[in-house]
Amino acid sequence: MNQSDFLKVVTPFKDKVFRLAKRLLVSREEAEDATQELYFKLWRNKEKLGEYKNVEAFAMTMTKNYCYDRLKSKQASNLTLVHSNYKEKETPLEKKVEHNDSVNQVHKLIEGLPEQQKIIIQLRDIEQYDFDEICKMVNMKPTAVRVALSRARKTIREALIKKHNYGVS
Amino acid sequence: MELANIEKLLEKYLEATTSLQEEDTLRTYFNSGNVAPHLEEYGMMFGYFKQSKDETFTKTIQLKPEKRKKNWKWLSVAASVALLVSVFIGYQEYQKAQEKEAIKQLAQVKEALHQISFNLNKGNDALYAVSNNLTKGSDAITKLDTYKSTVNTVIDKVNY
Repeated sequence: MNQSDFLKVVTPFKDKVFRLAKRLLVSREEAEDATQELYFKLWRNKEKLGEYKNVEAFAMTMTKNYCYDRLKSKQASNLTLVHSNYKEKETPLEKKVEHNDSVNQVHKLIEGLPEQQKIIIQLRDIEQYDFDEICKMVNMKPTAVRVALSRARKTIREALIKKHNYGVS
Repeated sequence: MELANIEKLLEKYLEATTSLQEEDTLRTYFNSGNVAPHLEEYGMMFGYFKQSKDETFTKTIQLKPEKRKKNWKWLSVAASVALLVSVFIGYQEYQKAQEKEAIKQLAQVKEALHQISFNLNKGNDALYAVSNNLTKGSDAITKLDTYKSTVNTVIDKVNY
């Protein structure tokens, strides 16, 4: 597999990898580094890629695992990833998020979810993967995925209703 | 799509039993801008999902990682291999030197033993010479004895 073949296979899902990394690592810079690192890894293992039926699912699994490792090492070195740490490096989306209050609210709510639910809601509601693929990516049974997804959706909805009602009254 | 249908789909959506197509229907409805007021919270959620999907990785993917990180690892491996090899070779050389030393000592011992045996032989020869002379002496004595007996016989004859 040469470089251009490789890029043809892996480029289509680079944004999905990046978005999942950003969902977990919060900061855009961290997510960019993670994406870059993931593509090094894929490139180093390019001979094996042919063996995988679904390279994209494989890449998403790798991304998830890599981000978990990053989070663990961050915790170990006592560096917590807080959104405010990265205030200066605002991206167009984040600026938009600031201006758009409702979008910002949902973003914060998802940020507060457990890691697993974060990943699943990212994969399903944003990237629109089907359940089989998600099960493979997160290495969970379909029922467990559905339970986690249902919990995440309900949590977000209820929190939004609560906020909305407080706002009104 | 009628509102009743949407509400039904939302119930399924919360239980995470909707299919991708059904979720597509919901997405289309909530992004149409014409959302029933009591479903506003879903509008916020689907609006966020849609916007999140617009974010892209803007950097170019690099496939050649910087080498710095790995070198140290390999250096330590190389160093330990070098150490192992040098210890091994050193040990072998030491063994060889030991052997040479042993051979040298053996040769010296041999030489010394040669000397001893040579000197012993000399002594042996000397002893042979002595024993030779002894034999000669005893021969002479025998001759003398013969002579003496002859003389005695002669004397005896004269006396008769």
